[in-house]
Amino acid sequence: MLRRLDKKQPESFKFSAKNLSWARKQLKKYPDGRKQSAVIPLLFRAQEQEGWVSKPAIEVVAKMLDMAPIRVFEVASFYFMFHLSPVGSVAHIQVCGTTPCMLRGSERLIEQCKKKISSNPMEVTHDGKISWEEVECLGACSNAPLVQIGRDYYEDLDEAKFSNLISNLISGIKPLPGSQTDRFSSEPNGDLTSLKGKVEEEKNASVSLFSHDFGKKKRSKAKHPAINLEDKPDA
Amino acid sequence: MSDNLRKVVIDNVEITVNPALTILQACEQMNKEVPRFCYHERLSIAGNCRMCLVEVVGGPPKPMASCALQIKDLRPGPNGESPVIKTNSDMVKKAREGVMEFLLINHPLDCPICDQGGECDLQDQALSYGVDFSRYREPKRAALDVDLGPLVETHMTRCISCTRCVRFITEIAGVPEMGQVGRGETSEITSYLGQTLTSELQGNIIDLCPVGALTSKPYAFSARPWELTKTNTIDVMDALGSNIRVDSKGKRILRIIPRNHDGINEEWLSDKSRFMWDGLNRQRLDRPYIRNTSGKLEETTWDLAMTAVSEKCSQETKILAICGDLINVETLYAAKKLMVSFKGKTECRIGGSYLPPGDRGAYVGTASIADIDTAERIFLIGTNPRIEAPVLNARIRRAWLRGADIKLVGEPAELTFEYQYLGAKIKDLGKLSEKFLKSNLKKNSLIILGQGALLGLHGPNIMQAIKEFKEKTKSELLTLHVAASRVGAMDLDFVSDIGFDSSIEWSEVVLNLGVDDYDIPKGPFVVYQGSHGDRGAERADVILPGCAFTEEPGTFINTEGRPQMAFKACDGVGEARENWAILRALSDRLGVPLPFSSLEELRTQLFQENPKIASINEVPSNSWLAPRKFSKECLNYSLRTVIEDHYLTNPIARSSVLLAQLSRNNRMVKSKKEIENL
Amino acid sequence: MLKDEDRIFSNLYGMKDRSLKSSIRRGHWDDTARLMKKGAAWVVAEIKESGLRGRGGAGFPTGLKWSFMPKYQESGKPSYLVINADESEPGTCKDREILRHEPHSLIEGCLFAGFAMGAHTAYIYVRGEYIRERESLQIAIDEAYDQGLLGKNAASSGWSFDVFVHHGAGAYICGEETALLESLEGKKGMPRMKPPFPAMAGLYGCPTTVNNVESIAVVPTILRRGSSWFSQFGRPNNAGTKLFCLSGHINNPCVVEEEMSIPLKELIDKHGGGVSGGWSNLKAVIPGGSSVPLLPAKICEDALMDFDWLKEQKSGLGTGAVIVMNNQTDIVKAIWRLSKFYKHESCGQCTPCREGTGWMMRVMERFISGNADLAEIDSLLEVSKQVEGHTICALGDAAAWPIQGLMRHFRHEVEARIKANKNSNIAAE
Ligand SMILES: Cc1cc2nc3c(=O)[nH]c(=O)nc-3n(C[C@H](O)[C@H](O)[C@H](O)COP(=O)(O)O)c2cc1C
Ligand code: SF4
Ligand code: FES
Repeated sequence: MLRRLDKKQPESFKFSAKNLSWARKQLKKYPDGRKQSAVIPLLFRAQEQEGWVSKPAIEVVAKMLDMAPIRVFEVASFYFMFHLSPVGSVAHIQVCGTTPCMLRGSERLIEQCKKKISSNPMEVTHDGKISWEEVECLGACSNAPLVQIGRDYYEDLDEAKFSNLISNLISGIKPLPGSQTDRFSSEPNGDLTSLKGKVEEEKNASVSLFSHDFGKKKRSKAKHPAINLEDKPDA
Repeated sequence: MSDNLRKVVIDNVEITVNPALTILQACEQMNKEVPRFCYHERLSIAGNCRMCLVEVVGGPPKPMASCALQIKDLRPGPNGESPVIKTNSDMVKKAREGVMEFLLINHPLDCPICDQGGECDLQDQALSYGVDFSRYREPKRAALDVDLGPLVETHMTRCISCTRCVRFITEIAGVPEMGQVGRGETSEITSYLGQTLTSELQGNIIDLCPVGALTSKPYAFSARPWELTKTNTIDVMDALGSNIRVDSKGKRILRIIPRNHDGINEEWLSDKSRFMWDGLNRQRLDRPYIRNTSGKLEETTWDLAMTAVSEKCSQETKILAICGDLINVETLYAAKKLMVSFKGKTECRIGGSYLPPGDRGAYVGTASIADIDTAERIFLIGTNPRIEAPVLNARIRRAWLRGADIKLVGEPAELTFEYQYLGAKIKDLGKLSEKFLKSNLKKNSLIILGQGALLGLHGPNIMQAIKEFKEKTKSELLTLHVAASRVGAMDLDFVSDIGFDSSIEWSEVVLNLGVDDYDIPKGPFVVYQGSHGDRGAERADVILPGCAFTEEPGTFINTEGRPQMAFKACDGVGEARENWAILRALSDRLGVPLPFSSLEELRTQLFQENPKIASINEVPSNSWLAPRKFSKECLNYSLRTVIEDHYLTNPIARSSVLLAQLSRNNRMVKSKKEIENL
Repeated sequence: MLKDEDRIFSNLYGMKDRSLKSSIRRGHWDDTARLMKKGAAWVVAEIKESGLRGRGGAGFPTGLKWSFMPKYQESGKPSYLVINADESEPGTCKDREILRHEPHSLIEGCLFAGFAMGAHTAYIYVRGEYIRERESLQIAIDEAYDQGLLGKNAASSGWSFDVFVHHGAGAYICGEETALLESLEGKKGMPRMKPPFPAMAGLYGCPTTVNNVESIAVVPTILRRGSSWFSQFGRPNNAGTKLFCLSGHINNPCVVEEEMSIPLKELIDKHGGGVSGGWSNLKAVIPGGSSVPLLPAKICEDALMDFDWLKEQKSGLGTGAVIVMNNQTDIVKAIWRLSKFYKHESCGQCTPCREGTGWMMRVMERFISGNADLAEIDSLLEVSKQVEGHTICALGDAAAWPIQGLMRHFRHEVEARIKANKNSNIAAE
């Protein structure tokens, strides 16, 4: 099915001041006269702010980049990470269903979604909080099966762990992402077969960035002076 | 063989070609037809339909898209042999059959009810590469039809995603309002969120669509192509003289489509020209009328009407003939002769744009339409080409895409290309820097002068100012007319010594040849000769019904001075007669019979006296008179464009229900935009 | 088995301190300027010499590719290096580890590669889903700028170099290099026709080279340790070390750096902890990401993980993503799911792929339950041949091959299902 823009559209769209200044900075990455290049980043930022990409958002981005609205809409409808209608406000769960994940049980995760969230993908629960969809390969196949929620991957799931994860989300808790077993990242389970040695970091990079976002910087070991919190979207 | 030619062997024949050509173009040069859907020579190359696949011997072991592969990119053989192409090998045939099968699996089998039936590329190719596609067992795809407005009907299940329409609207029309949204097999060709199209060239996508996905809404289900009588003729909705074909069935015109003319309209046509034909069937003057004693127009006979005119005219009467927008040269020639025998006057400069009689280098200019293609700088003065001549505007856009620098003096306009706005007045040309002007001498530079610049009292002076600017900048000049008859009339000197308004004041009898945009004041006795019951007819004392341009043969000279012939596509309505013949009959009644009794005789004399008009389809070079001194006051005059409503400029257009609707939509879109911009 | 000291990605799993300082301690950014002083021609020659072949799937020699780039004086336009971090080929998850845990190998590689081809700017196109990975990469880039390793006179080499991170938003096709460039220019990711090749007219119409993350990230180490060090690994023409991604039915799925030409069995057993249910329970392996045809267990026995060996078996090394399927796998369904993937990811531009991927998927879907005619197997294969080689980009081929591989080795299973399905004849009406 071709994805269509939601029938119910907001009156207008406006980037928050912080997002707007971020957007302006993005344009500097590209040579003069090539600001159209920024269309995906800007649409994505609009989506992070509002939860989805609306018609007014498309038109605002079109204006900022001197593009015809149809060209921006083409982009918004081509790339499947853009939601053209609202998704769950707390979590939109994207379950990878492609073969490597399927081989390791992603179908059972989808069953859980149908049972606990909604029988149809892209259908938001009554309270507007949760929705789900099946997506194509998320590129973390050695940690299959997995789901993406917002910026994070929840890996090495099974039915029980996933069910738990959904319950947590429903009650407003966002658990730590990354492998949901004892794995650190994509090393083989159990004894390391290579790169043995001391574990110097507490969590893998994806997980520590999550912690960073949520202010759980327990250890000052996160030596990332350059990470610019200003650059985080206003959501 | 010159260095930059290359040899290739195509189907065992060696040819020498320009290496910039694509394989498909090279094949065309040797009259070898390569099937294609997405390729169109006037659009960018998409290469997406994969129908034009050919075998490149020695290349990768797969067929290549011939529309996209240039000869220069072919590798010669190991010993420098010419590259070898096959267009009908087994590999090629199989590939094309495969593509056809793919195109057909989701295509509805509704040819019997499809308006494209009989002129459908897919249908044709299915016959040549027809495959048994019954092995597709899955359900066919559905698609949502889009409402593109009153002109273009959509049947999107038939669409094969060739993107010709998207490319035309984006590249040529320059109003990017169509696209292919989504992706993969569910992608759809559509307008931006279902909005209707606004381009004044949108009808061309009907011709471009190789299948029946985009068809003509007004023409829908009127006829099958083989039932139509097809007449090649000339359009008169603007002054370009676009080449058209008029398709009629019996007395009715059912559609109008463009014919290719590289020098004029290429293969495009404006919507106004394409869709005005319902106006030819409405509001027609189908018999003579006469104003009775109580002031009402009442039907009469030709005999009584002619008598009424002749009673008003004697050798002492001050008679003036005026010429509207759609009158052919033959009619004007007859009218002019008639006026001469009465010592009457003639005028064609309706609306008051000043055109200098006899100075063809000024009223036509020195450039041809095709000169836009090589122009590096274009000065638009007092014109909005987008509404005065949409097809010409597309050519200017192409020049701009190519890098031409465009400046505008006059009313600012929403055009389909970027331009530098200098200001509303001729004096604003003075903003150009000396450096710029100096560099202009080495550039191909073109002035496109609109009628709007020549309006009113200042017209004559502005004409001189423009001539001065032309000389100073070493530019060529293209005077852009909006009336199809104007250049012909000027060539016949259909002008008076005292100008339009004064000649009306002077006149006692006005022979009005289709002028509807001018309110003739009380006073003169008015004989209206024309085809439509429009404003001009209302003011008439006698009405002589004439044929419309599709109902009689005639010559028109377009804005660049190129004479072309229009032909009769169907009979006139009711008692209407050919216009030259009406004047010939009238001359008998007035006792000054014109010296010809057939159109051929008329033409022989016309051409003898005006040899340039006899050179049909040629753009003669025009002599150039040096600019005269002029009063500088004109420089401060704010120019405006002549056309207020593109869709309603002449009686045929005003009678068209469809164009009225377009005009309404257009106004709505405009006011919406104005509100948005507040 | 490769020794740890010969592993280029010493922090593949991110267990080591990930700061720039620590990266430097682990050997990154060591004497970068001195190596660059040897000149661009030297860099290109070393990489050619090392035998490095592109890690993005096609295996094109990396050094040779760089040498196609015209000099600025020839083209009059700036050159661009574009890094393909779109990693979306099912089964593949190796670039992810470089982006988040070894970003400095990539960034330094960009500097070398850019310098070698005369580019002052690199764009790294990261798939939209890799948000944390992008952040991690950006942190590293920011660090590098802070320390003068990027920017004007990068790493005191005299070469100015900028690296920008760009991202997609969910489209496998943007991994195809020309679609990636379209996407980077702010359009739909629709592949371009070639020629012109990116080296002539790529990003913004300028000379451009697109390289996979891994291809570039190994460059600094090759230059440091020498081309002959790199080329000692693997069989001739298949040089180097390589990241392998193990997924599917194995006990310990993982990403691991190993020597090229390592036996598949060794890879699975040593690093993956063996096939679930034991080697004898193996049914088939897709050895190089979803696009390459599968190998049945019989062939897996002796399989060597390199370009040439797998090509001889009508499969391919692709991205080095090993998808293992044991005997409990519904193999028709597993391949159908890939067909669904390709149908979902077809950009929709060219006819055979747009129409063919959906058709193939639907027939495959019926094969799962056997609701089909026997003759449809051949007709499906023919359809796959009508797609393969007839499209603008290689996605069409990629959609055709898994099906062809399935039928080559497991046709009997499909036939059995059709025969077992009593409805099949009725449905065929
Ligand atoms: C459909 C398709 C998807 C691709 N996806 C990727 C990808 O995700 N990452 C990648 O590096 N190369 C991908 N490629 C290969 C690229 O087109 C290109 O060959 C590669 O980036 C070149 O880099 P290399 O020479 O370093 O291997 C893909 C190719 C195709 C046809
Ligand atoms: S093969 Fe598929 S993905 Fe590639 S250009 Fe054609 S339609 Fe697009
Ligand atoms: S005409 Fe060449 S691919 Fe369509």
